[in-house]
Parts: sequence; C-alpha cells; structure tokens
Amino acid sequence: MKHIDAAAHTRGESQYVDDAPPLTDMLHAAVFGSPAAHGEIVALHLDDARTMSGVVAVLTADDIPGENQIGPIIQDEPLLAEGEVHFRGQPMAVVVAESPEIARKGVRAITAEIAEKPPITDPRRAYELGEVIGKTRTFQLGDVDAAWEPCHLVLEGSCDVGGQEHVYLETQRARATALEGRAMRIHTSTQSPSACQRMTAKILELPFHAVEIDVKRLGGGFGGKEDQATPWACMAALAAWKTKRPVELVLRRDEDVRMTGKRHPYQSDFKIGVDEDGKILAFEAWHYQDAGAAADLSPAVLERTLFHGTNSYFVPNVRLFGASCRTNLPPNTAFRGFGGPQGMFVIESAIAKVAEALDLPREEVQRRNLLDDGDLFPYGQRVLEGRAIRTWDEAAEAFELEQIRRRVEDFNRDHFATKKGLAVMPICFGISFTNTPLNQASALVHVYTDGSVSVSTGGVEMGQGLITNIAQITAMTFGIAPERIKVESTNTTRVANMSPSAASATTLLNGNAAMKAAEEIRERLKAVVAAELGVPAIELVKIVDEKVLFNGHETGWTWERLVQQAYLSRESLSAQAFFATPNIWFDKDNEKGRPFAYHTFGTALTEVTLDAVRGTYDVDAVKIVHDLGRPLNEKVDLGQIEGGLAQGLGWMTMEELRYGDDGRILSGALATYKVPDVYFMPDDLQVRFLENAGNPLGPFHSKAVGEPPLMYGIGVFFALRDAMQAFRRDPSYSFSAPLTPEKVLMEIHKDRLPELVSSEAVETEPALAAK
Amino acid sequence: MPTQTYFLLNDHEIGTAAAPGMLVLDFLRQRSRQTGTKEGCREGDCGACTVLVGELDGDGVTYRPVTSCLLPVGELQGKHLVTIEGLNTESLTPVQQAIVDEGASQCGFCTPGIVVSLTGLLMQDGAAIDDDGVKRALSGHLCRCTGYRSLKACGGILRHQLGDGTGVGALVESGVLPDYFRDVPALLRELPQPDDGGANGDGDTLIAGGTDLYVQRGDDLAEGGAGVLGLRAELRGIQRQNGHLQVGAMTSFEDFAAHPEVLKIVPDLPEFMWLVASWQIRNRATLGGNIVNASPIGDMTILLLALDSTLVLTRGKRRREVPMRSFFRGYKQLDKQADEILAEILIPLPASGTRVRFEKVSKRKCLDIATVNLALSIREQKGLVADAHVAAGGVAPVPLKLDETATALVGEPLSAVTVERAVRVAQTEISPISDIRGSADYKRMLVRQLLIAAFVELFPDRIQAPDFYPTSAPES
Repeated sequence: MKHIDAAAHTRGESQYVDDAPPLTDMLHAAVFGSPAAHGEIVALHLDDARTMSGVVAVLTADDIPGENQIGPIIQDEPLLAEGEVHFRGQPMAVVVAESPEIARKGVRAITAEIAEKPPITDPRRAYELGEVIGKTRTFQLGDVDAAWEPCHLVLEGSCDVGGQEHVYLETQRARATALEGRAMRIHTSTQSPSACQRMTAKILELPFHAVEIDVKRLGGGFGGKEDQATPWACMAALAAWKTKRPVELVLRRDEDVRMTGKRHPYQSDFKIGVDEDGKILAFEAWHYQDAGAAADLSPAVLERTLFHGTNSYFVPNVRLFGASCRTNLPPNTAFRGFGGPQGMFVIESAIAKVAEALDLPREEVQRRNLLDDGDLFPYGQRVLEGRAIRTWDEAAEAFELEQIRRRVEDFNRDHFATKKGLAVMPICFGISFTNTPLNQASALVHVYTDGSVSVSTGGVEMGQGLITNIAQITAMTFGIAPERIKVESTNTTRVANMSPSAASATTLLNGNAAMKAAEEIRERLKAVVAAELGVPAIELVKIVDEKVLFNGHETGWTWERLVQQAYLSRESLSAQAFFATPNIWFDKDNEKGRPFAYHTFGTALTEVTLDAVRGTYDVDAVKIVHDLGRPLNEKVDLGQIEGGLAQGLGWMTMEELRYGDDGRILSGALATYKVPDVYFMPDDLQVRFLENAGNPLGPFHSKAVGEPPLMYGIGVFFALRDAMQAFRRDPSYSFSAPLTPEKVLMEIHKDRLPELVSSEAVETEPALAAK
Repeated sequence: MPTQTYFLLNDHEIGTAAAPGMLVLDFLRQRSRQTGTKEGCREGDCGACTVLVGELDGDGVTYRPVTSCLLPVGELQGKHLVTIEGLNTESLTPVQQAIVDEGASQCGFCTPGIVVSLTGLLMQDGAAIDDDGVKRALSGHLCRCTGYRSLKACGGILRHQLGDGTGVGALVESGVLPDYFRDVPALLRELPQPDDGGANGDGDTLIAGGTDLYVQRGDDLAEGGAGVLGLRAELRGIQRQNGHLQVGAMTSFEDFAAHPEVLKIVPDLPEFMWLVASWQIRNRATLGGNIVNASPIGDMTILLLALDSTLVLTRGKRRREVPMRSFFRGYKQLDKQADEILAEILIPLPASGTRVRFEKVSKRKCLDIATVNLALSIREQKGLVADAHVAAGGVAPVPLKLDETATALVGEPLSAVTVERAVRVAQTEISPISDIRGSADYKRMLVRQLLIAAFVELFPDRIQAPDFYPTSAPES
C-alpha cells in the first residue's frame, strides 16, 4: 500500500497549519528572544513596539493568567522569561500584529537590558560547577573494578559528539482560536498533542477539556516537535486569549534554529579492557550530556544513552555513568534515537581503539562481541530472539564483507592520495518508551452505514507513514479494502491522554489500539451475520476481501450489506479501544528491569573514499540488513530506513552545530548548517529485510522502524577513520564527531601542520620527497 | 506612482501594484493563496518554494526553476510564473505518479518543489533524463525524510515513460503539461515586456540575481526601493570582441557555463559548476552580482579573477574600465561609485595552451559556500611556466589575486619543486581568519592543498600528490 497522502503531497494540495485559509480577523505573532545567554532581566522596553501601527498586543510573562511553566519532566522552564534568562533566543515577549511583517517589525523595536552573567557552553564545565539536572545515573553489570586486572589490554579515551539540528522542513507553527465558553482550539504541528493541551491549559488556567488540539500532519518532526512544539502553541493560545481574535504563529527558519533545542551534544570518557582476541571483558563510560538551559526531555534522553551504551555487544562487566549538565544553550530535546546514538558512538570508538591496538580490522573485534540469546543487557533485561549475529552474518554474506575488505586493502596499496575505508555498524535498539507509563494508546473507530470507516488514534502523521499503517491495519482487521478507511486528524477531543508520537512506538501502540477497536466491531458484525444465517459458530464467520465467508464458503453477504444489517439490528458500529504494552517495567532505584517490549537489530556496511589532498570524501555505498519482523508495509518502512540513515550520515559528517563562547549560534541558517543533499547520499544504497523474522508483539508481527536506522549512520565515521588510518596510521586521531572535511584534513596532516601553514618568508629550498 | 507588474500566473494574467522587491514566495502565499509553494528556509537552500519562470525565447518559452524566496515580483514583468498548482492536471502527471509509486514523498513538505524542478528538467528541449540530469534537478532541494534514493529512482521511471519526449511542446502533446501551455507564448506577447521601458530597473538598491542580497536584507528589500536589474536585457549576453570575451554582468551562472565561447576558454567549466550553487540558484545568480556583492568567497569571482578579467562600469553613457584585481579595496569596499553599474566583464582570450582549473572545498560538496576556493590559469611552454594567474577566496577580506605566487611560478620549470615553492609564497600572501567556515590554519592548509590539487589535475603526468609528502614509509 502506498503512502495515503502521497498523491495530494505531489499536487501541493496537502494542507499544513498555515495553508488553511486565513481565519477572519486573524492576527499574527512573532517572538522576541533574549539577546543574552545568561543574566538577570533589568528592563524590557516594549513601548515602541506597543505603539507601532498594526501592533495589537505585546505580551510578556505578566500577561499569563495561569502558571508560567512548561517543563515536561522537571518544572524548570517558563513559557516567557521571568527575572532571568538562560539562553540566547529564550522567548521573552510575543508581539501580536495585523501581519507577520508588522509583528516582526515590532519584535525588532523591543530592547532588553540584561545584567549578563558568564554563560556556560561546555557540559564538562557545567558538571564541575555542579550544574546537574535531576540525578546522575549509573547502570552496572558484573564487577568492573575487579575486571581490569585479568585484561590483556586496557585502553582509555574520550569522545566529543556534536548535537544536531532537526531541520524539519516545516518550521514550528500554530494557529489558535478562542472559542465560546472559555475554551481554546489550536491547530498545530506537534508530535505531542496532549502535551500542548496540558501546557496550554496550565498557562490559561483552564481544565484540559477546554483545550482542543488538532493535528492534521507535520512537515517533519524527528523529535523536534515532541516537546518543543508546545511553547509556540501556548504562545499562540495566550495571544488569542488576550486579543479575542485568532492568532497564527509561524517561526522563520532562523528563529526556529535560534530558539529551539536540538540533539544533545555529549562529552564522554571511556575505558575498555579486552583479552588477546579482542573479547571485551570490561567497559566503563562517563557521559556528560549538554542538556541546555532547562531539563526538557534531557533526563529521559540520558537514560537511553545508558540503555544503549553497549550497543549490540555483550559486556560482562560494565559501568555506565551519565549526567545531564545544565548549560546556557537552548534546551536540547528529543531527536530520532533519543540519546541512543551518542551512547553507541562511545563503545564503537572504544572498539576502534582496541582494533587499532591489536592490529585487527575493527569488524573482527565487533563480530567477536555481538550479543547472543540469553546475554544480559547492563539494565538486566535478557536478549530474547536476538538478531545481532543473524543480521551481521547475513550482511557479511550477502554483501561480501570479506571481499570488500580485500578490495579496500588492494585499492589502498595502489593509491597514495585516495583511500578507501570500510566499517560495519551493527545496531540494537530497544522498543518502548523507557518511561513505562507512556506505553499506552487508544483508538476510536466508527463504521458508517455506507461501509466507510473512520479511525482516530493518538498517533501523529509526520511523514513516517503512520496513517498509512493505521489504515492498513484497520483494513486488514476488518477484511476490507484500505480505500474505505479514513484516518482522521489527531484530536484531543476524540482521543484523550495521548502519549507523544515518539520512541518508534507509534504504530506499535496506536496500531494495536486501532486493531483492537476494529476487532470489537468485527466480532459484533460476525455475530449479526451468524444470527442472520442461523449459524451458532461465530468463529467460522470470516470477512475476506469485503465478502463474508462461512466456514470458507461465500455467503452472498458483502461488507456493505453486513454493515447495513448491523445498523438495522441496532448493533453499535463504533468502538473505542485501549492498548498497553504488556510485560514491561523498570526500577529506577536499582536501574534494572525489562524496559523494552523487544529490540530491533540490524547491520550496515559503509564504504567511503577519502581524497587526502583536499580532505574531502564521498560515501560510496551503504548496505544494510535490517530486522523489521514481518514488514507491515515495505515501501513505508524502506523510506524510514533510508531517511534515518541519511540523518545519521549527516550527523556524523557535515551537520556541525557551532556556538560562540557567548552562547550565540554560529550555524544558525541552512547556509551555515548543512544537511545531506542528493549528491552526498550514496548511489549504492541497498537495504535487505531480514527474512523469516516474526515479532509476536508488533501488529501483524511487524517491528518498529522509526529511530533505529539513524544509527547505521555512525558507520561512516569509522569508515572514514579506516581510510584516514590507511593514509597515515595514527592511533591518536580524535573521536570527535561530526568528522567534517576540516577535521579530516587537519588530522591526517597533524604531523606536519606547523611547517605547512607557516607564513614565514620562504628562504630555503623546500625539502621534497621527489624531484 | 505605483509600478504595475504584469505577468502570467499559471493560466491567468496578473497585474499587481505589489512592491517590485516583494518576494514572489510571499506574493504567492499571502496574496494569491497558492499554498502549494512552501517556505522552508527563505534563503534558497531548501528548494521547497521552487517555481518555474518562463521567458519568451524566439517562438517558444524557456522555463527555468528558481527559488521564489529570492525572486522579486518585479522580475516577473512579461514572464510566465508556474507554480505546482499550474502543473496539476486532472490525474497525476508522470512526475507525480513516479513519486507516489516510489514512495518518494513522506512528510510532503518538500514534495511540490521537487515536482516543479523535475518537471522543469523535462521541459528543457532535448533534456536527458539520466542520473546526472535528475541529480542536477534535485540539486537545490533538501528532503529530510527520504534519503533521496527513492527520488533518484523516479528518474528511471520517467526515462522509461517519456524517452525523448522532453521539451514543452512534446509534454503538452503527451498531456504531461496542462493544455494552457500551448497558448502561453501568444499570451506573453500581449503583456508589457521588460524592455518596454518599465521603471523597475531603477531604485535605491539594485537587485541582480538577489541570491545573496535577499538572504542578507530580505525584509528591507521587500518593502520597496528595490530596482530589478533583470529587466535590463542589454546587461545580458556574451560575445567575442577585440581579443576579449565580453560578458554582460547580468549573465546568469547557468548561461555563462553553457556558452560555447566560454567553454573554449574553460573547457572543464561544466565539471566545476556542480560545485557552485544549485540549478535554481545558478539560474538566478549573475556574474555581476557575484562580483559587486564583494563576498571574499564568491565562486565565479575567483574564477574570473584568475582569468585576469577587466570590469566595465557605466554611469549613463560614461564607461570606465577597471582591472578586476584592483576592484576590491577592502572588505565589501569597491572601486565603484554608488551610481555606477557594473555592466560588463571582459575576459581576455588566453593564449593557446592555457589551462584553467577551479577548486573548491566546503563542508558539503554541493550548494554550500566555500571555505576556500581557488582558481589557476596557467600556460606552459617548453617545460617552463610561461604565464600564471592564481586567485583564492576565503583567505583575505577580499577575493584575492595571488600575484606573488604567480610570479614565483612564471619562468620556472613545471615541477613539484616549483609548486612547493609557490605554495609557500602563497602562505605569505594570504591572511585568513577563523570563522564558521573553518579555522585560519585550515584555510591556510586548503590554499596549499588546492593549489597542489590544481597542478595535479592539470599536469598529472608531471606532478603528483606523493611528491608533496615525505618518502619515508608511514609510521606504524
């Protein structure tokens, strides 16, 4: 089945929030952000903006009728700054005007006096200063301290992993309308309608039921609209509340990049001990997460860093420490992988260091340590139906890993300035919200008397194909054509208490809920037909391809006739159902439990070519074997794998977030923050789905696919390192990502750099290798 | 007096008093409620707002994709503006169907722009729907969902379906384009054309291609006071004259790189151009704009410097020639009066045997601003360097001609030793600073490496990369 919205997308007819016709009397809002990264607010001069022609209102924290607080986990984040500012771009005032241009002019007319304090932009520094959000966390297994002694080799190192801007093509936006009877309706682009609902209610001091959030679709989210869509919806609502007119708030790209959080940068240290063969005996890592200026989702992200701190490997003795460190950058937030990639990068770096010390190809050390069934994760869950080894071996065989390695070596022997590199990247990603209560969802299904079906769930369509999956699951459950199914917008009045569309679990949770609701109606329908046919055995009634079968034989009843008869028989054609992932729990006191319903596995081979003269490189090929269970929709899933990979490759190579020491973003536009384009992505991109791989927990045996493929991208870092080592062998190359062309060129020439870039006058003949 | 701009928007005529500097993107979304055109970045980097602009060209109309977020309304005078809405037919077009079939649309936000560019590719007469062509059409688009494989795969489907049936005429015949395209040439002829003396060519700030100006000053320009140089046809065109190639300052990158006379001088230019901006931007960006914008890192500026070009500035009928090497006086300081216009670029026809190389390194290879770019023009005679010109960007407050480096080359044997000496001289001429595009040392390294690379590329049998590295075996 093809993506349901695709045809309308290609015609430009799909509507995003601000594509809907403007509402009568609608106003436009723009946001004034803090000009300083840290300090006390001395004064906020709003008069010039307030008196500007076309400006209707300028709102600050003082205008909030309820509580000025939007922190999702820890109550440390005001909607509009009060007393102090903690990052550049932190919203301080909202200008509401007759047009977006006037609103922005109003913003430019505002000035703030801030008694600046020194900003912190480095998580290690924040940790030293005691700026830790929540509790530090430690996962452990075995006895690490005793395990170093018998090791053949113990190595230590550090990693520096950059953040990542989401670059959802559609920036943050919301449109709010005050309704009769102290109520508010907001059309917005959020992964978490219920979070928008709760926070708006809190800001306006309303009961939750007075706030209706409606989400048709997102122009991309990737985690960046899980929690950080909320403030903009709240501000639009506040403005609509105050002005009694509809208000639209659309961030421009530069505003969005400046004001919203990103993937967390991490600084990490590691220590690894192995035997002669490279079998890991002990591993320890210390993760310092740059949380930004408020908690946002950082504690949960940190937790997942620890959950995935040993990736696909079994380590008998392990200790993983993590701290969320408060800095003066925008609060960092969810981004596909949710802390997992940063954890994986560190153990992959440690393994690279081991392989280089033992003079082995990195993939040999990796293969020796893969998880097998029965192995324990550091958090106490046991590997069940593990597919780390299966996907590895299948990838190695199908894509001829040994031959590629030989080809790379041959090429490198024959070429001086061009080097090839290869890396294998296995992934193991736990599926479920690690915050167990979030693993619930409900769905509302109506069957109309013409046989058409309406489905509402708490899941949000953000391009990942959710509504296509939901339509397919519902159609399969009923036994009817998918064309009969309409998946409705995500609306808090139809589905209450939603979990965010996140954690790769949206189809798992909402698909199961939709399936249960459809099953309920289907069983009622079967009872109707059994009564009409005068047969007692309901279980022998089946609906296949819109036809009603009894004991495998056609009955002459069609879906439409069945539905109409059910109506006439006064049988309910609607159902609401609830799903909660069974058998998961986690004990945070002991840091042990069974937090994941299951794990998704896969293995990617990445090949690169390095131009050692220019320091530039190409990704030649990425070849993946991915465990999807039984794919629900191969085309949709393939899109998720390829897209996740692209983001992972970008994160590891060109996507470099840079802040000045004053907390100012230096890479604040798409001219300075680059993401993969058509030329960057390899032409040779192959994805195979692991065969004969069911998954009893997923709807129709499917497996979650949203986040895991991003982590295949980590392979490119190590493939490049492989190529760099082939050019000039140096164990001291840093584990600093992204590995930009700048870092590559400077690292591989590190040994001669002072001489090469000297601007001293040339007096002597250059000492040359040849001629 | 409000200026009226008359143009065709899809199948109907528009006459608008909108400020000539208003962005077409805003005009479409706010005034015309054509919301299929999306705003993703407002700086020409994402392509979500791509539209086609058609211009009378003989009997027909030539269409080029451009980003509407950098396009002034005034520029549309007498032209055909095509948005996604104007490409829709009753059923999906082959381009749209291919995207649906390949699963190449996920969140959908970038999709309409991509449909416009791919259709724009098919509308080029004799366009090859090969992998390179499809990538070129997608070069100015960011899709954050798909990873591009599925988008690239659409090319195969279209190639199979359409074969040689490209060009506007063929596409109208095959029903790929809506019928109204048939009538467009006649309709355009009835509109006031730019050279009918529209007043849009004057204003406080003159916009050439606008591809950087709008990024820097979008909000002011939109409000008025902007003059649109694109309406002055006399500023375009390329001809050979008196030992020079005379290039109109408003010649777009794309037209420049495709011109046979230019290719005679720089045969490898098409190979370099894919490093320079995207298709949409190259259709808008002009050589003159690149020079007058005075960015120390303009790609074409560096190339033209290494070609030892001369600039012709005009004020009314007065003409003044300035060697390009002395045009840049300091950061964004030019040897140009406020009321002078850069009208022409004169490129001397090089002596035969001259070879030209352009090198560029940026964080992303394509559609990115250079960290350092470098151009070398060199002629060898009997084993010695007879002439050399070197220019580099990103290493000084101005686009820099490296004259001492060139001097160190001329008269010397064409060898690695000579090059090594020259790269050391180059280090004394440059003064890079650390910024978002790279550290000062990195830029120094790049000048060295790119000069070496240029020689290795131009003289592979004489000069090789290993010559510049110690002979000893790599340390283990």
